[in-house]
Amino acid sequence: MTTYAHQPLFMTGDEFSMATFSLLDPEGELYEGAKEPDLPRDHARRLYQAMLATRILDERMMAAQRQGRLSFYMQSTGEEAAVVGATAALDDTDMIMAQYREQGALMYRGFSIDEFMNQLFGNELDYGKGRQMPIHYGSRKLHYMTISSPLATQIPQATGYAYGQKLAGHGHCTLTFFGEGAASEGDFHAALNMASVHQVPVIFFCRNNGYAISTPSSEQFAADGIAPRAFGYHMHVIRVDGNDALAVYEATRQARQIAVEHNKPVLIEAMSYRLAAHSSSDDPSGYRAKSEEEAWRLKDPILRMQKWLLKKGWWSEEEETSQQETLRREVLDTMKRAEKRSPPPFDSLITDVYADITPELQRQFDQLKRHIRRYPEAYPRGARSLDLEVNTTTDSEGDA
Amino acid sequence: MPTMNMLQAINNALDIAMAEDEKVICFGEDVGVFGGVFRATSHLQEKYGKARCFNTPLVEQGIIGFANGLAAQGSVPVAEIQFADYIFPAFDQIVNETAKFRYRSGDLFNVGGLTIRTPYGGGIAGGLYHSQSPEAYFTHTPGLKVVVPRNPYQAKGLLLASIRDPDPVLFLEPKRLYRASVGDVPQEDYQLPIGEAEVIKEGTDITLVGWGAQMEVIGKAVELAEEQGIACEVIDLRSLLPWDADTVVESVLKTGRLIVSHEAPLTGGFAGEIAATVQERCFLYLESPIARVTGLDTPFPLVLEKEYMPDHLKIFEAIRESVNF
Repeated sequence: MTTYAHQPLFMTGDEFSMATFSLLDPEGELYEGAKEPDLPRDHARRLYQAMLATRILDERMMAAQRQGRLSFYMQSTGEEAAVVGATAALDDTDMIMAQYREQGALMYRGFSIDEFMNQLFGNELDYGKGRQMPIHYGSRKLHYMTISSPLATQIPQATGYAYGQKLAGHGHCTLTFFGEGAASEGDFHAALNMASVHQVPVIFFCRNNGYAISTPSSEQFAADGIAPRAFGYHMHVIRVDGNDALAVYEATRQARQIAVEHNKPVLIEAMSYRLAAHSSSDDPSGYRAKSEEEAWRLKDPILRMQKWLLKKGWWSEEEETSQQETLRREVLDTMKRAEKRSPPPFDSLITDVYADITPELQRQFDQLKRHIRRYPEAYPRGARSLDLEVNTTTDSEGDA
Repeated sequence: MPTMNMLQAINNALDIAMAEDEKVICFGEDVGVFGGVFRATSHLQEKYGKARCFNTPLVEQGIIGFANGLAAQGSVPVAEIQFADYIFPAFDQIVNETAKFRYRSGDLFNVGGLTIRTPYGGGIAGGLYHSQSPEAYFTHTPGLKVVVPRNPYQAKGLLLASIRDPDPVLFLEPKRLYRASVGDVPQEDYQLPIGEAEVIKEGTDITLVGWGAQMEVIGKAVELAEEQGIACEVIDLRSLLPWDADTVVESVLKTGRLIVSHEAPLTGGFAGEIAATVQERCFLYLESPIARVTGLDTPFPLVLEKEYMPDHLKIFEAIRESVNF
């Protein structure tokens, strides 16, 4: 319906204010007037344990990267509640299409430490066959799409995936994670518009962690965050405290209802902070103050959830200590195993480009094999796969 | 003469261009305060202010669209795309807009001031999305110039020429050499010609052609070949579009043999263009088939990167096969 005004009226969006939904304060107490979500004990413990396990995995693997055992790593430190809280509110068979900092979602769904390690070390058991850099996980059985480095490409794909789910009619939805930086890509806008136009059961989950590598969100957008963009697409939207696992859980649970029961997309903006560097290749001291990081450290999402659980008597200090010790040991043990495993088979170099290997590619591969037979020492991985003698122990050169 | 690595040489070229012409404007993701993820734009914001060196939102198509408009207005934008692997959202802006601005308007408007800088290439354990060499997508686009430097000296001279060139230039920087390649670079302003190849070593038995990081690899192969008494002529193409066919043809008329090498996959790679042109112009002088030593027809691998790469041994073998044909 068109309405007319006869005086010019410009609007900026400041007419709307976007509150942040939060339930737990930093001490793990419910805010006054906040209603505790219906989250049973076991479910709450599973959520917390996945957050804790993610933190420990990240700490250990970053240390391993610093020791030169791993070429690259990305931590999700500070954002565990946003990622795990959202995942815990989904059905375990809903699709997740993540950006790259969402290992917590896999942890929650039961990706084993071995499975993490096999990908990180690109060994013969890596589902991705050693083709992608560390942290590019994927799991078909856990409904977690393999990560792609180019930013925001997964967002319109999530719209398409969810449209297919709607047609299939099994009551599933797709949740896609992305950062506030990636939301600047054209793909983000295309995704939201198409989801709204076609009434698709997809949840767009923005981790607003303040930084896209070095670029602060103040240089990423002029508006009040990402959430208000939903208005332009006539989409349900909520902003949530991303360091409050309970609030994230409840917001996502309700978003899922809207998506699945009404076939409507929802945008969630989780306000958080990337406590660690962008990646092992980054050093934040060049672009942000330590004091800023310290202020956010006080809002640690894991401590907040832990305090709440302790108060409810659903978790204990002893469990905390033993879980941490067990996990640390498991990470170290599995890392040693994963490092020692063989690389993926040599023909993984040419498989999966197409469903079938093309004759031309086979010709190139045969030529490569002849070459390696002539110089086995120069290509230890390829040579070993061809059962050639290799008199060298170093085959990990070239790591950045 | 000062010694610089390639990043320092690029930074120095940008500094000179910005100091000389206030219309020169540098921008891209993380380019501002941080100086870019590789630090190619270090201190430029400090020196020239936020209006002339700044971070953009994370949107490649926006960066190049913005750059096209800015260039059309008469400014001299130097836009950075963080990795060549991430240039594809901007493909429409580059191929349909940048390249055709002058032609479609009958030269009423042009974006000749535009330079797009982007790091390309493998050898850094970057896998699929931090290793690609996408030059051939762009060499198929009349209206663009495509330039690739092989060392710090070349990088500075070619980048200054690109910024001042009357046509838009895609400047591909071999990131494996950013810090690894170090050499003498004059502090003062100089330019190297776009569209001219350079014969970097003369020889009579066989011609080797490459560009960018591959020149170092070719150099190693040539050392092996020379030990066996094979005299190699080595040509750095430097510009892929336009490319200097005359220099290559002249060399092949002398040697009768040609090898072209690039990291990008074989099929549809730029080596094919060179081979086709050379066989047209040198057919009766060829002593052996023109050989291409390239990446495989697969996405860029990670764990098996070493096997994939067109390394010095593969080039050396191609040299041997060619001379023993």
